[in-house]
Amino acid sequence: MPTKPEPQAWQDPLIDVRDLSVHFELRGGILARLFGSDTGTVKAVDGVTLTVGRGEVVGLVGESGSGKSTLGRALLGLVPATDGSILFHGDDVAEMSRRRLRAIRRDIQMVFQDPNAALNPAMTVEEATGDALRVHGMKSAAERRARVVEALEKVGLSPVELFLSKYPRDLSGGQKQRVVLARAIILDPEVLVADEPISMLDMSVRAKILQLMLDLKQELGLTYVYITHDLASAKYFCDRIAIMYLGRVVEIGPTDEIFANPRHPYTRALLKAIPEPDPERALPRDLLRGEIPDAASPPLGCSFHPRCPEAFEKCGWESRDLRAVIEEHWTRQPADVYGAESDTVGDLAHLDTPATVARIGGKGAESAREILHRMRSERPDEPFWRGVDRVDDDGPGIRVVFHPGEDPALRSSDGVEVACLLYPESS
Amino acid sequence: MSIELIDEPVGVHPQEPVISARDVRVWYGTTRGAIRAVDGVSFDLAPGETLGLVGESGCGKSTLGRGLMGLLPDGAKRDGQVLFKGRDISSMSRKAAYQMRGRELAMIFQEPMTRLNPLMRVSQHFEETIKQHAPALSRAEVRERALETLRLIGIPPTRYKSYPHEFSGGMRQRLMIALALVLRPAFVVADEPTTALDVLVEAQIVQILNDLRRNFGTSMLLITHNVGIVAEACDRMAVMYAGRIVEQGSVVDVFKNPRHPYTRALLRSTISLRTTGLNFIPGAPPDLVDPPDGCRFHPRCPDAMNVCATHNPVNIERPGGGRIECWLSGPDDQIPAGGKQPLKQEGLAVADEA
Repeated sequence: MPTKPEPQAWQDPLIDVRDLSVHFELRGGILARLFGSDTGTVKAVDGVTLTVGRGEVVGLVGESGSGKSTLGRALLGLVPATDGSILFHGDDVAEMSRRRLRAIRRDIQMVFQDPNAALNPAMTVEEATGDALRVHGMKSAAERRARVVEALEKVGLSPVELFLSKYPRDLSGGQKQRVVLARAIILDPEVLVADEPISMLDMSVRAKILQLMLDLKQELGLTYVYITHDLASAKYFCDRIAIMYLGRVVEIGPTDEIFANPRHPYTRALLKAIPEPDPERALPRDLLRGEIPDAASPPLGCSFHPRCPEAFEKCGWESRDLRAVIEEHWTRQPADVYGAESDTVGDLAHLDTPATVARIGGKGAESAREILHRMRSERPDEPFWRGVDRVDDDGPGIRVVFHPGEDPALRSSDGVEVACLLYPESS
Repeated sequence: MSIELIDEPVGVHPQEPVISARDVRVWYGTTRGAIRAVDGVSFDLAPGETLGLVGESGCGKSTLGRGLMGLLPDGAKRDGQVLFKGRDISSMSRKAAYQMRGRELAMIFQEPMTRLNPLMRVSQHFEETIKQHAPALSRAEVRERALETLRLIGIPPTRYKSYPHEFSGGMRQRLMIALALVLRPAFVVADEPTTALDVLVEAQIVQILNDLRRNFGTSMLLITHNVGIVAEACDRMAVMYAGRIVEQGSVVDVFKNPRHPYTRALLRSTISLRTTGLNFIPGAPPDLVDPPDGCRFHPRCPDAMNVCATHNPVNIERPGGGRIECWLSGPDDQIPAGGKQPLKQEGLAVADEA
């Protein structure tokens, strides 16, 4: 079995992404649009800097909603950049006209996740594979057919005659993904952006398609941007990995280093959560709580702090975190305690507006304080309490004041870059 | 939920099985002939036990799960016996089977959003489910039961009046699990319950499923294609290939000593953090309208012998516990003379795959 290729140097950047942002404006109702009131922005990609070297395999890894797919699409100009630049051969993809973009997409191709959706059910394998040639101006049908046959052979769909006239419905999932790959390589691209190319496939076929992608890279000198949520395949496949969270790169570095010595608490949590096929390894009990937050109103400070087991006072604690710990506390209380406490605390909905001061209670400051005290003694290790600066009386309730937060920038730390306040700039 | 993991003895279950499937078969009629999606499957499930069912797409694992529930589409035929606490539920009347589902048997599906009604609040979902089987309960009692279940699954009581769209993907799957478990069924089929989820949320759900037997005492058939989840959440595992369970045993033993070549290939093809080389199973699963003679895996099997192409393998006691169907494990006295010679295989094309 082939072993993992040696990581290559990325001194020769092919794609150079600088401070790229892709924001989507949220559209409100008709009134909001008429009066132009602000309905919010989703920062799908929020200031990402990344280089991809020639011949390199760079992995973009994260959960859904991390912005990895949007970043991948932006590389082909499929979504407009709000800010920043994407240099490819010295030209800025983010600034290109539609015509120039069409030309650039000969050189940067995309492979999508779901081969069923990526292939037109009314096109035969030959039509689907050769369509890009037609779009890019190859008129001779005979010439096109020769190129199609060549591409299908490269992806292992041989004898080719058996497949040319087949429709997607006649093919298995793996075979469809091979057709998608053939279509992607037929114009001799330099870069393939592969968005979850194996995640829809059966376990027994994933390794085969991954092997095919490695073979194609070797044979055609391709460069890959591999987008995935699956750290195990990224570990095998990538030279360098960028871990993304809520539109940002939170850790980036050589694959071996990331896995041997993960720094960001998020990376560590991801690694711990992968189900290992080893029944003798006990299930980790300290799993990360919650899910990736709404990108339309990201947490204050570090986006990851509400889920972070190592967060401390500077991480950006706020009112929404108070709501989360109170609700979590109630999942551990019997019904009567919940009833009494929710009466004292009052409605929590106002805590959803992010603020570094949060007010709760309405039936006396002392009773509200008591609940906080009970919560704290029940879970003294809860990182949230590190963020509480002080609790003041506030009329019939209390006011929880949080420490001011800080938004960590990506900083280098011994060979990798990491965006976490636990890792200050190494000198 | 952060109760310490208790290592219960695995494989020692003296009680009567909750579910006992005997020679279960399911056919789908097509113009090309009958697809034998499940073709003679037998297994037992003890109280509080979790059985992981793994196999490639199209091996019949989802059909088996639905067949056990009696939730097959029209045009499907079912045969064999499914005993629930000793009563045959496969020969029950429609009405009696309907009464059993929800109360005694439940199912957790893959896509929570397609199974929840977007126009109904969480509270209404619970009221509907509970009222169906316990019409005498008052609204307050329904609420109490629902909140207790939600609490065990990790959904705060403040969300009881929310609509499904106000929940995240992982919370919706928790909601599905809570709905399935609110009547405390003795047996649950979970069909790929984590496939649509991210890795961190998946781990949370696996943990909840893992806690089920302690919190609810439920027996579960966990259908998945991810052997990592079987390793983490199951006591026993069954490997399914082309409509049959080819190997079953305790998870620890099957992972350590896989006896069937298909089990070995399946375990090896999984990409994990310890993967240092890519392995895959050559070829594709057979057409279930006309499966190959003998062992159904023989055209893809690296260890196939002459007997494998002509004689059906015999279901025997598996060394180390469980059952296995593979001539390599015997019985030797039923293999005809010369049957142990390696089989000359036809070559498989590169792209012949699932």
